[in-house]
Amino acid sequence: MLRQSIENLGNRTIHGVWRMGFAARFFVAILLHSGTAFRRFGLTIREMYFSGVLSLIIILVSGLFVGMVLGLQGYETLQTYGSEEALGILVALSLVRELGPVVAALLFASRAGSAITAEIGLMKATEQLSAMEMMAVDPIARVVAPRFWAGVISMPLLAALFSAMGIFGGYLVGVQLIGVDEGSFWSQMQSAVDFEQDILNGVIKSVVFGVAITTIALFEGYDAPPTAEGVSGATTRTVVTSSLAVLALDFVLTAFMFRGI
Amino acid sequence: MNRTVLDLWVGLFVIAGIVALLFLALKVGSMSAIKTAESYEVVARFDNIGGLKPRAPVKSAGVVVGRVADIRFDNETYEAAVTLRLDKRYAFPKDTSAAIMTSGLLGEQYIGLEAGGDSQTLKDQDRIFLTQSAVVLENLIGQFIYGKAQEGTP
Repeated sequence: MLRQSIENLGNRTIHGVWRMGFAARFFVAILLHSGTAFRRFGLTIREMYFSGVLSLIIILVSGLFVGMVLGLQGYETLQTYGSEEALGILVALSLVRELGPVVAALLFASRAGSAITAEIGLMKATEQLSAMEMMAVDPIARVVAPRFWAGVISMPLLAALFSAMGIFGGYLVGVQLIGVDEGSFWSQMQSAVDFEQDILNGVIKSVVFGVAITTIALFEGYDAPPTAEGVSGATTRTVVTSSLAVLALDFVLTAFMFRGI
Repeated sequence: MNRTVLDLWVGLFVIAGIVALLFLALKVGSMSAIKTAESYEVVARFDNIGGLKPRAPVKSAGVVVGRVADIRFDNETYEAAVTLRLDKRYAFPKDTSAAIMTSGLLGEQYIGLEAGGDSQTLKDQDRIFLTQSAVVLENLIGQFIYGKAQEGTP
């Protein structure tokens, strides 16, 4: 009984370390085989359509609503201190620094990441990847790397669109609906938001999230057991793992960027 | 789906993303935050800077003319040496005075420049000699109580 549980623990540890190592080697292999993704850029553009353009609706709509809610809630809190002109600062800084990159990344993980995992997992289950290898086509260069770069390019664009939509939503609610002064809304925002400190750091965050999400999604798909259950389990793991990775990375990046640890 | 239609959509997506980035850079964070090379630095020494922070605005007549670049403590004179980075477009006389002020009652602190009457202007790495420290609330209350006590004794 005791021996059994210790064996279980050992087995899980070995499996976990093996998966980590495999994921790291997989990541390096993607980088090494990226040549095709840029030489035949049509492949990457095709994947950008599926992971970027098709995510637009959900990103834009949620950005608008997050911004509108920020406008309402921020106004309620700020007016108790008589400083409702600072609404622009509150909406812009929370979106550009945190909510834009993080919420866009979470949505991207569930909208595009899961689709990537399911697609690659099914390709593996139906032995399309093995067939490519038989034809001397490297599946990492032909299938995996274009999806990786498409995600890495799409993610900052989606995050920027999310932030812009959110600020527009905050403007709609704060200025048009509640009646905060328009001039001070924008001018206070402009004096508080710094290009390097806030906007550039937000873009860097979203690029890092893009790398993390697509790597996890591709790896889970590539590593999925070739059964229906295996693919469904891998899809679930993609969403859970990449969401947790985004939140953890966000904490680490924020600590580095804004506290200067 | 047709290849060209796909390219068109991705192109539109990329353009929309870049427009959003430009909107963030220009409209949300004013592009003036990007440091232009056209600036010069002057040093001002204060006995007490209060809560002044790097990147605080430097204003003259209420207009932002520069930013606080650096704050150091001078261990020889026991003063704070504040480096101001001023816009090259604005030249100030040599006897300009600098004071640390607060916007509003609880607002952020900034440096106010009051132009003097000298015919020569401040150059890069010059020093502003006339400075006025930040008002520390505790000292102000202390002075007030002291003054009241003096009044009481005939």
